[in-house]
Amino acid sequence: MTSEAENPETLSVLDRPNSYIGRAVPRPNLDRLLQGRGLYVSDIELPRMAHVVFVRSPHAHAKINRIDASAAKQMPGVIAVVSGRELSNVITPWVGVLSHLKGLKSAPQNAIAIDRVCWQGEAIAAVVASSRAQAEDGAELVSVEYEELPVVTDMRTALDPATPVIHASLGDNLAFERIHDAGAVDHAFSEADEMVEAEFVFGRHTGVTLEPRAVVADWNAAEARLTIYQGTQAPHMVQNIAALHLGLRESQVRVVCKDVGGSFGIKVHIYADEMATYALSKLLRRPVKFVADRVESFNTDIHARDHRCKGKIGVKRDGTITAFEIDDLTGIGPYSMYPRTSAIEANQVVNLVGGPYVTRNYRARARVVFQNKNVMCQYRAVGHPIACSVTEGLVDLAAMKIGMDSVEIRRRNLIADDGYPCASPSGLRFEQLSHQAALAKIVRMMDYEALRAEQAALRKRNVHRGIGIASFIEVTNPSAAFYGVGGAKISSQDGVAVRLDPQGSVICQTSITEQGQGSEALTAQIVASVLGVSMDRVRVILGDTDNTPYGGGTWASRGAGIGGEAALQATKVLRKNILDIAAAILQSAPGELDIVNNRVVNVADGAPRIELSELGRIVYFRPDTLPPGIQPELMATRHFVPREYPFAFTNGIQASWLEVDIETGFIKLLKHWVVEDCGTIINPQLVDEQIRGGVVQGIGAALFEKCVYDERGQLTNANMADYLFPMAGEMPDIDVGHVVSPTMESELGAKGAGEAGTAGAAAAVTNAVNDALRPFGTIITEIPLTPQVILTALGRI
Amino acid sequence: MTGAVAISLSVNGERVDASVLPRLNLVDFLREHLKLTGTHIGCEHGVCGACTVRVNGDIVRSCLLLAVQTHNASVETIEGLSDNGEIADLQSAFRERNALQCGFCTPGMLMAAQDLLKQSRSPDREQIREHLSGNYCRCTGYQAIVDAIETTARARTGRLP
Repeated sequence: MTSEAENPETLSVLDRPNSYIGRAVPRPNLDRLLQGRGLYVSDIELPRMAHVVFVRSPHAHAKINRIDASAAKQMPGVIAVVSGRELSNVITPWVGVLSHLKGLKSAPQNAIAIDRVCWQGEAIAAVVASSRAQAEDGAELVSVEYEELPVVTDMRTALDPATPVIHASLGDNLAFERIHDAGAVDHAFSEADEMVEAEFVFGRHTGVTLEPRAVVADWNAAEARLTIYQGTQAPHMVQNIAALHLGLRESQVRVVCKDVGGSFGIKVHIYADEMATYALSKLLRRPVKFVADRVESFNTDIHARDHRCKGKIGVKRDGTITAFEIDDLTGIGPYSMYPRTSAIEANQVVNLVGGPYVTRNYRARARVVFQNKNVMCQYRAVGHPIACSVTEGLVDLAAMKIGMDSVEIRRRNLIADDGYPCASPSGLRFEQLSHQAALAKIVRMMDYEALRAEQAALRKRNVHRGIGIASFIEVTNPSAAFYGVGGAKISSQDGVAVRLDPQGSVICQTSITEQGQGSEALTAQIVASVLGVSMDRVRVILGDTDNTPYGGGTWASRGAGIGGEAALQATKVLRKNILDIAAAILQSAPGELDIVNNRVVNVADGAPRIELSELGRIVYFRPDTLPPGIQPELMATRHFVPREYPFAFTNGIQASWLEVDIETGFIKLLKHWVVEDCGTIINPQLVDEQIRGGVVQGIGAALFEKCVYDERGQLTNANMADYLFPMAGEMPDIDVGHVVSPTMESELGAKGAGEAGTAGAAAAVTNAVNDALRPFGTIITEIPLTPQVILTALGRI
Repeated sequence: MTGAVAISLSVNGERVDASVLPRLNLVDFLREHLKLTGTHIGCEHGVCGACTVRVNGDIVRSCLLLAVQTHNASVETIEGLSDNGEIADLQSAFRERNALQCGFCTPGMLMAAQDLLKQSRSPDREQIREHLSGNYCRCTGYQAIVDAIETTARARTGRLP
């Protein structure tokens, strides 16, 4: 259960007395959340605040012939009923494309639909009232006359000539296509002794954040300023987009983000109903609150992973993998999301397939098509679970074909740990990964040989257990290569300002954000360690565009690696400034002084020289007593962005041990292991909990989660009773281990860890199920692995 | 829609008199009328457990109960259990073990955990998992929560971990 680091040495600036780096210190300020004293957006109330409820389309594709709001407007408490056309006077439409995704196209999307709806759940009118209940009462009385249009639901036929085109102006339903061909694939396949092909099918699922999306928009006409309270991962991105489409300068928009009830990528986008809420506040000149209910969340929070991917692998009898080939198809709903676009997941699949392995022969095609379902976009571990499940599924199939053990085939094909730097077949550059060390470690942690023996013994008693292994790579610390180069105003750099206050306390403002990962904790740990103060002296401020440096926020596993490095560099400057002043006060030299335990001490003998509180008192209140000419600067700001590598790749491996009940089709998860390498570990407990939470999200996809649409484009399980997700009772304990390969791009050396768990969990579980079912000669390449899927594969139903 | 109904109840030990519409859920009454926002709304259909509170000593989903049904009842929320110190050890164990990330499920999770620990002095991990199986957490994967509850149970019965 405890994690261990194989290589605990840290870097010099962090390796100081009483360093918090590498220690499992509790996160600051958790008592607020433990006592129910947090401030989530759904808790916020402002004077004169009104509530908006959206009338949403029951049809997947329809013309709006008429909206009659006259009865709704008569209801008690109703302030306004606003259509898409009326709202378009306040806010402009958008198109979710980026220039670096060549050929990506989408159609203009409005905050509220005008004339036509393209998915079940798209908003067609807003009802604003004094309370949410009154707004709901009003919404029930809005009468809409629809004319149903043909729907496009099946992505497999979306590109057929006979299929209607959703947006006539685009010419067809193809949003994006990428083709990649590296090495000599045909030759490599011809050299293989065996080839295996399979089609991998992934269930469309969604994030199910426990707090639904929520926003309070407050347009103050007298100040000509819009304050947006929103549970977002990227406040400055929201500021930019809101200003752009409301015709404001960015300085007229402030985005405040306090506590966020779960995000996982769901809250890194900008949704039409959020845009509508900003616009309604401007239109009505008062605060307007929108909190999605659970049905709305299922119908409008981005979905993800709706992929069908054909894969092919060539292997020699000695286990050498000669080539990978994939053909991926994904359906993204009627629009590419804004501003990050909906082509990123398919693009990631192409980038990541085959990534852990030596072979350079790789051919891929990915097609992204429109359909009349809810929009799809980036959700935790974007593309990774698809790429990992396809790659690792193919590797296991190849091993089965040649009769090789699944650990052994990986040992023979994973990139050697001394083989870096190198590049993947899709052109990704790897600085330093540790696949082989991770494989060796997980084999030890799980006692692989003993499990194999137990499996064999139980099989004789008709108990069917399986072991599944999945190696993976993970994209973290993204540079501008992710979004900025495509024209998105999404910052890839982050900033941190630190200042010493008179009593020796430290205020730290950072542009990364907190959704529970521990951004506040890791920032405080770094600042306290580098400066030499105790953590309780450090107060971290995040989530406010008026009061933090400009930056990207927390997504794509960038908070620790990028925001953490900015904190380190800013604190180094503050430390130097403090020591310069201390030297002047003490008639010493800065190099002879250090800061330890909240006081300045002699480097030589550790003797205390001056408390930081005393230094602060002198600087702020008695600067007249300082030597002439000194202007103290007890605040420092630094920004950081990775410049050498576009992404800091990390790696890891997961293993699943489970039992399949061949009578009922139920799967019992017995144990799960993860070894991952996120570089320098700032707080091992936080890293491990990121990984465990991520694994369980991946297990959800593997076993339970699926947005079930019917042929008319109706989402049939848009509630938490019918859409299944992992609960405590079904989840296993998860052992986490680490290998530590710090990135040399930063002094901190930290890479990300937020996607690792989700990246490989489904692949490990699926491989374990196929391993368990090996005596039955059946292979399943579809998730979620419901009892129905299992029993169908076994020929029992 | 019928008119407001007068109710009188105890909330965290304080007497509350209110006039509420019959359709008002208990969770909306607590959050919107009493401003006790520690009780959260996750699904509004009784599945996620975020709105778990105690009514007359039993844990209930406050989204499935009407405020008028609590007339003459004793309602306890996370704010009450925090202020009177009843779950201070459990909260401390959650903090030390990082058994919460976003914290949105946490008040309901603590309510459910305390309910278990009142019923069973030494629950094993499977019993803990079973008792929490009506409380959804998307962040942690549950293991840290199970650990924290197990640690608290041990400490309360004098069995140090």
